[in-house]
Amino acid sequence: MNSPVKILNPDAECLPREEILQLQLKRLQETLSLVANKVPCYQSKFKDSGFQPGDLQSLEDLRQLPFTTKEDLRVNYPYGMFAVPMREVVRIHSSSGTTGKPTVVGYTKEDIKIWTELVARFMIAAGVTQEDIVHIAFGYGLFTGAFGLHYGSEAIGASVIPISGGNTDKQLMIMQDYCSSVLVCTPSYGLTLADRMEKQGIDPRSLSLRVGLFGAEPWSEQMRVELEQRLGIIATDNYGLSEIMGPGVAGECLYKQGMHFAEDHFLAEIIDPDTGAVLPDGSVGELVITSLTKQAFPMIRYRTRDITRLNYDVCECGRTLARMEKTRGRTDDMLIIKGVNVFPTQIEEVLFQIEGCEPHYQLIVDRENNMDSLEVQVEVNEHIFFDEMKQQRQFVVQAEKRLATVLGVSAKVKLVEPSSIKRHEGKAIRVIDRRQQ
Amino acid sequence: MKVEQISIFIENKSGRLAEITGILGENGINIRALSLADTSDFGILRLIVDDSKKALKVLKEQRFTVSITHVIGVEVSDSPGGLTGILQTLDKNNVNVEYMYAFVERSGDNAVIIFRFDDVDEAIAALTKSGVKILPGERITSI
Repeated sequence: MNSPVKILNPDAECLPREEILQLQLKRLQETLSLVANKVPCYQSKFKDSGFQPGDLQSLEDLRQLPFTTKEDLRVNYPYGMFAVPMREVVRIHSSSGTTGKPTVVGYTKEDIKIWTELVARFMIAAGVTQEDIVHIAFGYGLFTGAFGLHYGSEAIGASVIPISGGNTDKQLMIMQDYCSSVLVCTPSYGLTLADRMEKQGIDPRSLSLRVGLFGAEPWSEQMRVELEQRLGIIATDNYGLSEIMGPGVAGECLYKQGMHFAEDHFLAEIIDPDTGAVLPDGSVGELVITSLTKQAFPMIRYRTRDITRLNYDVCECGRTLARMEKTRGRTDDMLIIKGVNVFPTQIEEVLFQIEGCEPHYQLIVDRENNMDSLEVQVEVNEHIFFDEMKQQRQFVVQAEKRLATVLGVSAKVKLVEPSSIKRHEGKAIRVIDRRQQ
Repeated sequence: MKVEQISIFIENKSGRLAEITGILGENGINIRALSLADTSDFGILRLIVDDSKKALKVLKEQRFTVSITHVIGVEVSDSPGGLTGILQTLDKNNVNVEYMYAFVERSGDNAVIIFRFDDVDEAIAALTKSGVKILPGERITSI
């Protein structure tokens, strides 16, 4: 009988721990030299810490360097963190910044090659083969999700349907007619598809679907069970963030015992988010990632703000790469709405720009029929109150338009009376996320 | 000739109107005319009261968002077609009505129409020229 375990690159994925650590040290030295030569932000970090790339004797020495944060990326917008000239950059992606300006990342040809391999790794680990027809329902664009999975699928030799997001009825028609066998989307969109199938009387067993690769937002084991039962598929999780690369930083195998972290290309640390101290193996804390092979956009000790835990035991599948648990939350106020990263500060800025004053506001995030919804409640003050209904409504329409542009996700604006938003010790509670309840 | 009208932002939920009228009543403020423009989420309540300064103050104290707008009141004979002549005059003079509402005087002979124009002064000039009677502010607030 053939083993169900398929591994794309056993030399890398099943490397003994001792050798993983040696490889990481060698690649870390190279990465530190690269950023010390090319990236002013890191030059000043080296200078301030008194630590030089040549001082690195062990992986633990990295702790002497400060973290890189989203704020560093904001200050160096758009290309300040790039370590190669633009002529070597073949792709740009971006994600939300904490304010109006997004975070911009770049890739060389070699970066794309590695990214492609890492996506192919977790796709193969989930059982995808060249026989598969991969239905990619992530939005194609600046977001890394769709392109990452697209290239990974092609590398495996599978057939890609780049349907992109939205238009659920069309998605179902194509799924039926084109015989999609692998579904790629956010887990919540997976459930939306299941709902629509039920409504239309489509039996998932009549489809060719057999695997679902879900990512771009956190999801629970309970959701996995629901997706697997209702769509008749095997559902696996994968993890990534554009600041580091995109999907493929970590991904599950069929044992579903955590996402194998691509340790040959990224070094993971788990820290105490309050003190910044590195925690012992197996602790729950904030994930900090250092890229080891990236050329265009290397990151040293990037604070992901994701809370998780790493398991260094060898997996039943034979992979030795550490396994990352599903993320348990964030150490900042970032929200993931329909797979899009949203910071409350972005909303603050939009409201401020419209009338030049900062009204009290509150975000209500909810999930209706498995779709995330965002409502922005805005307390009406004299600056944004108009005696004429036409103008009052225009304010709402304008705010909704601006929010959609800046956030990349639609938001409903609801005007509320002054003082109706609950305060806690004088501070308005900015976010109510009903999805967690 | 202008009348001070108070506009109040209210959420579309039960009991809000009663709360506002309650506050005004407790402070001895009498409502002369009232109109409500609403959407499914919120409304704008417009009031003409006998003491707009005091109403503004007490409502602000109760944390309502309030503003003062200048409107004018026009007397119209309470008979069929009474309003048409006035509207035709405004149309001829290209005066835009933002909104309007009506109430009947206590005597019952005439109706009073409250108009909000985008250009109040121009509207007053046009109406006066064609002989329409614009009511002095005190007349309306003391009806």
